[in-house]
Amino acid sequence: MELISQLLAVAIAAGTPLLFATLGGILTERSGIIQLGTEGLMLMGAVTAAMAFLATHNLLLSLVMVIVVTGVLGALHAFLTVTLRANQIVSGLAMTLFGGGLSAYLGKTITGMPLPGAVPKVDLAFLDGVPVVGPILGHLDVFTWGSLVLVVALHLYLNHTSWGLHLRAVGDNPATADVMGIRVQAFRYGCVIIGAMLMGLGGANLLMVFSPTWIEGMTAGRGWIAVALIIFARWNPVYALGAAYFFGLLDTLGFRFQLAGSSIPSYFLKMIPYIITIAVLILVGWRTKNKLSGSPQALGVPYIREQRF
Amino acid sequence: MRIEIDPAGRESPWWVTIAAVVLAFGLVAVFIFFTGKDPSVVFAKMLGGAFGTTFGLTETLVKAIPLMLCGLGVSLAYRIQVWNIGAEGQFLVGAIAATAVTIYLPWLPGWATLPVMVIAGLVAGGIWGLFTALPKVWFNVNELIISLMLNYIGVLGLNYVVFGPWRDPKGMNFPGTPPFTDAQSLPVFGDSRLHFGLILALLAVVLVAVFVKSTRWGYELRLIGANPEAARHAGINLPRHIVVVMLLSGGLAGLAGMAEVSGVAHKLMYGISPGYGYTAIIVAWIARLNPFGIVVSSVLFGGLIVGGYSVQTIGLPSSISSLLQGAVLFFLIAGSILGKVRIRWN
Repeated sequence: MELISQLLAVAIAAGTPLLFATLGGILTERSGIIQLGTEGLMLMGAVTAAMAFLATHNLLLSLVMVIVVTGVLGALHAFLTVTLRANQIVSGLAMTLFGGGLSAYLGKTITGMPLPGAVPKVDLAFLDGVPVVGPILGHLDVFTWGSLVLVVALHLYLNHTSWGLHLRAVGDNPATADVMGIRVQAFRYGCVIIGAMLMGLGGANLLMVFSPTWIEGMTAGRGWIAVALIIFARWNPVYALGAAYFFGLLDTLGFRFQLAGSSIPSYFLKMIPYIITIAVLILVGWRTKNKLSGSPQALGVPYIREQRF
Repeated sequence: MRIEIDPAGRESPWWVTIAAVVLAFGLVAVFIFFTGKDPSVVFAKMLGGAFGTTFGLTETLVKAIPLMLCGLGVSLAYRIQVWNIGAEGQFLVGAIAATAVTIYLPWLPGWATLPVMVIAGLVAGGIWGLFTALPKVWFNVNELIISLMLNYIGVLGLNYVVFGPWRDPKGMNFPGTPPFTDAQSLPVFGDSRLHFGLILALLAVVLVAVFVKSTRWGYELRLIGANPEAARHAGINLPRHIVVVMLLSGGLAGLAGMAEVSGVAHKLMYGISPGYGYTAIIVAWIARLNPFGIVVSSVLFGGLIVGGYSVQTIGLPSSISSLLQGAVLFFLIAGSILGKVRIRWN
């Protein structure tokens, strides 16, 4: 019991940044735009959060800064891919390189500085009596609750609102959506920008809760794992929850093994999340071979109104 | 007057590339200005450090060698729209495999050592490329994610050998292997640091250019690049091309890794690559995948890396060069629209 509850706590702590980034990716890709800049956006979110929080000591203000900065970067990706119809993959790579470089540049002066104060926890002491999950659910931080609310909100939005159906139409068949009077470009802009903000919040979450010191390149590929989780979760926000926690657990597994006195060199244990990512993608690919993967039909295809058919 | 965007338009004019580089420097200048430094001083320092002295110039060329080989490798994959971003990992396993020859086969005769190391680098990089290609053709797995995950695995593999079993017992705890012997090192030009890898890289450029331009294989690659669906209908075996291209792409990056350990570092060590594999993506893109263009762009970005080191002396982080790289790529893809814009006067 104790072990399960501990593992669950670890999975949630390490999985929540991934969950934010994955949800952002799902929202973006549901509109038909590929965003491979997740890694760069998470880094920018993390460094912005660190700088703002060190300067102001105000969590809310820091998060607003994160949203503004990553929103602007998201708008840049949207402008390049939606308006200019540039190659989405290359634009995303540019975002990752640019975000990685800029965050390292900006964060040089605050590298290694510990963040003062912790993220507030939502204390629900009356849950302590519930076995296994009680002690965990009773003391989650605001990021975790925010991500859980987001999962529900995104699920309801995509499946139970007319706007959500419009969004899905935009991602599956923009020409038809356009004929229906849905503003394709506006939806795509909105989703890319909000998606980028969520990725930035994922980075901020990683920095403020999981490893509260800014280090250059601190995401260590988590942004790319989030890109893989979108496929793993079949573009479904509820599946994303399980997928993110599963990978959160893997993320800390190596560390646990080491503490337990395992003789396997730590380098191999650290490879586990990356190897499992590849294995999971192969598994998903094998199972969905010649079937629908759940991917939006128009993913990665720029919509050109003059050329619809 | 109407402005239209024609998706089947031409390539953007050549000056767009130069404009992109200039604009990227302009954008970075703004960042430098806001951190309280004078951009002109910083850029002058970078330029002087990279191209101003004989030492700087040879260093730039030394850095251009891995960029040229990795850039050439990824350009092959991008030609058929396979998004290999795993050159970093392929470079590292090439370096590890070449070093393995020095560790496990020290009894090889002198004349055979370097050829075996070259083959080891090529094969290891190629196999690392296959790890990306095979899941793609068999299970339709996204090659971007796999190739990137393999980069992280490659880095951890490198760290394992240099901190663990291969660490030089006489190396004062430095995470690196024992230094290579002369027979295990690529010859250098005169007494500079510029090594024979430059010839290998230029040879690879010419070979790739000839093969892409004048063989049936190259023609099919260009056809796939123009329209994969049409190529498939024309009976071209797309999966086979993907596998072969990734084998070559990884092999070239692996060769770059071999050249780096054998020609420059003369040992395998922690942090052997300052991100050559990632910079190679931009090197290939800025050259529009043209092999001879890659020669030029790799020297330019080699200079950027060396210049990035030289600004550290005035208290700026060397990450300024990766910032520049990202900015160049942004302006480049934004500029690519310029070949497609039509202005109609009716």
